[in-house]
Amino acid sequence: MRSIRKKEKNMKKDFNLIIVGVGGQGQITLLRILEEAALAENKDFKGSELHGLSQRGGSVEVHFRMGKNILSPLVSQGDADLILALEMQESLRSLYYASPKTQFLLNKLIIPIPGENIVPEDQIINSIKNFTKKIEIVEASKICKEKFQKEVLAGVYLLGYAQKRKLLPLRKESLEEGIKKVVPEKYLVENLEALKLSQS
Amino acid sequence: MKEILLNKSGKKIILLGNEAVCRGAIEAGVDFVSTYPGTPASEIGNTFWQIKEDFKKINPKFHFEFSTNEKVAMEAAAGAAISGFKSLVAMKNFGLNVASDFLCTLMYSGIEGSMVIFVADDPSCWSSAQSEQNTRFYSLMAHIPTLEPSEPQEFKDFTKFAFNLSAQFKIPVMIRSTTRASHQSGPVTLGEIPNSKFQIPKFVKDPKKFSTMPPRVLEMKKELFEKIEKIKKQFEKSNLNKIIYGNSREKLGILTSGVSFLYVMEALKKLNLKLPVLKLGFIYPLPERKILNFLKKLKSVLIVEELEPYLEREIAILAKKENLKIKIFGKGEKIEGGRIWKERKAILPQIGELKPEYVEIAISKILNKKPSFNYQLHLKKFEKLKIPARPPILCPGCPYWAVVNAIKKVVDLQKVIFGGEIGCYMLFSHKVINLQDYLYCMGSSTSIAHGISKTSKQKVITFIGDSSFFHAGIPALINTVFNQSNPLIIILENQTTAMTGHQPHPGVGDGRVVKVEEIVRACGIKNVKVIDQVKNPEEFEKGLKEFLEKDEASVIIARHICALLEKKKKT
Repeated sequence: MRSIRKKEKNMKKDFNLIIVGVGGQGQITLLRILEEAALAENKDFKGSELHGLSQRGGSVEVHFRMGKNILSPLVSQGDADLILALEMQESLRSLYYASPKTQFLLNKLIIPIPGENIVPEDQIINSIKNFTKKIEIVEASKICKEKFQKEVLAGVYLLGYAQKRKLLPLRKESLEEGIKKVVPEKYLVENLEALKLSQS
Repeated sequence: MKEILLNKSGKKIILLGNEAVCRGAIEAGVDFVSTYPGTPASEIGNTFWQIKEDFKKINPKFHFEFSTNEKVAMEAAAGAAISGFKSLVAMKNFGLNVASDFLCTLMYSGIEGSMVIFVADDPSCWSSAQSEQNTRFYSLMAHIPTLEPSEPQEFKDFTKFAFNLSAQFKIPVMIRSTTRASHQSGPVTLGEIPNSKFQIPKFVKDPKKFSTMPPRVLEMKKELFEKIEKIKKQFEKSNLNKIIYGNSREKLGILTSGVSFLYVMEALKKLNLKLPVLKLGFIYPLPERKILNFLKKLKSVLIVEELEPYLEREIAILAKKENLKIKIFGKGEKIEGGRIWKERKAILPQIGELKPEYVEIAISKILNKKPSFNYQLHLKKFEKLKIPARPPILCPGCPYWAVVNAIKKVVDLQKVIFGGEIGCYMLFSHKVINLQDYLYCMGSSTSIAHGISKTSKQKVITFIGDSSFFHAGIPALINTVFNQSNPLIIILENQTTAMTGHQPHPGVGDGRVVKVEEIVRACGIKNVKVIDQVKNPEEFEKGLKEFLEKDEASVIIARHICALLEKKKKT
């Protein structure tokens, strides 16, 4: 354990991010990219993820906290600075972490739940508005499908978009570094291109 | 993944808690690692599986294996350790149940080299069916020294420490974790990987050492107790038990360990408080003197731990013994005169994992202070939302869908009972599938079916995966023959341990393959069919119909590779 007392200071500057979506959308890869980027910038950070049962097409939520001295791996209730929703219905579950300070970036994508009715987009947005007014919808999946024929790149696109909008306190170069370190070589080019595209 | 083998002392890399355990073992010079996959402990095996060849270049003695089950894994690791090697065995909480028969005995004899047992609990059952088992009570029962790290760096450091402690006292040492600790990632500063000694230890015969025959066994118990007393003395002085804000004059203190410690520090930051905190690195044996000295300065103490109160009970007993007038807050249990009952107000839950805000709310309640955020109001607002649940379901293209479809087509779903088992097929409980009338632990589907069919005479179809079959299914299968019952057992052979991340098993291993149908026939089952349910759905349906009429136990092996694994193999 690093010095606890040192960890006390600068608490206000902790950055809290939640990424939600459905198993298979690449949340854990995104978390690794963020962590490598944070390490490259010499920041303290922690991530929290879940494995196993939760991955089989179920809801998947990862936490990423960054600052000078990070203790809890979990973001507290209402304490998210940024929520990236890779699927719109899943954003509802993440409202546990949302408050007026929270910025939402929503991927305009609905993945139906077997045996359930789809929650319509306007209903989702109205629910989020009860927690925060900072909502932005990004057509990440659509753009990535058109440009790369690969919807799974939507995650990296959203990360890059958040960075460009100054919602993610990491440098673009660090994200690039992160992608290079985390993504297997044969998918590397398309991931870097998705990041580039998000910045244009 | 190869980064984990970097021999660059002082370099920071990103590791999960579980991966940091592997690095700690590598830095301790581990020779033997065994496991049966189980989340949230799976990454221990996965990591060593991936690096084993590279690690052998550093330590030629190294051996890694996925054993058939946790008991076998622990016994194998003990075999290495009683021969003087350094071994690590990893499992999830339920695995320790399977291995406990051996563990409770092994503690009596101790070991020769060193042995570390890693066990991960799963509060909130994120990756578990079965139960929310709290493994800490095994520490008391088996008398096994137990450590609880909080964050990845500690996972590495504690593991290294555990190997040293084990070697020093010739006793197995347990590291107990929970999901949020194990699946927490963060920077870890690397230490040195030692040069392996080429000297190969040997098992040395000594009838007094490893044979637990009475009357020697009672002497062994005495020796175990003596070791624990010595370890306790060492723990009293260890800096793995830390006091934070020790100079604080506050009269409320906090006692905690593991990931809960991180929530405590987060809560104190948010409340801008500096309450004295005792963070225990060891939860068995407890450093009683250290705890008492900490408690003596306080009027009340909040014990922060996940699941059932382990520390809280131990502390209450200790306080009672020492006649300490201190109010204990936690799970709301009150212990007096040797009896335990519920006090009116529990301040922390026994069910489900902790969250940082739970600890903040608990501290606020005790001190009558406002939390940093209106959690209660926020929660009310959140709970009003109608959010459709998205439980996990079989993957698209999963070969099990073909089994489900065939059963729905030809079986009377009202009449037949469906027995579930641990693996991907426990997702048969999903409401769009709905083919699971009971689910307990590994190996249980068939033995329970036997009990049902012997008594109520109802027909039972049970499911069991190939890995689970090797793990615990075989004795149950033999029992249906020996004691004559008639379940239809469908062995779902997808040629991997899919749910935990596609680990191999004896049916597909690198070595000699053990064929499921050969075992089934050798167990005395006469009605056996091997069918690829995806390629030959009609044959599968016909097989179902035929075997449902049988008066004796019958087995269909549904053999088709896991869709994810097939895709992985192609790319």
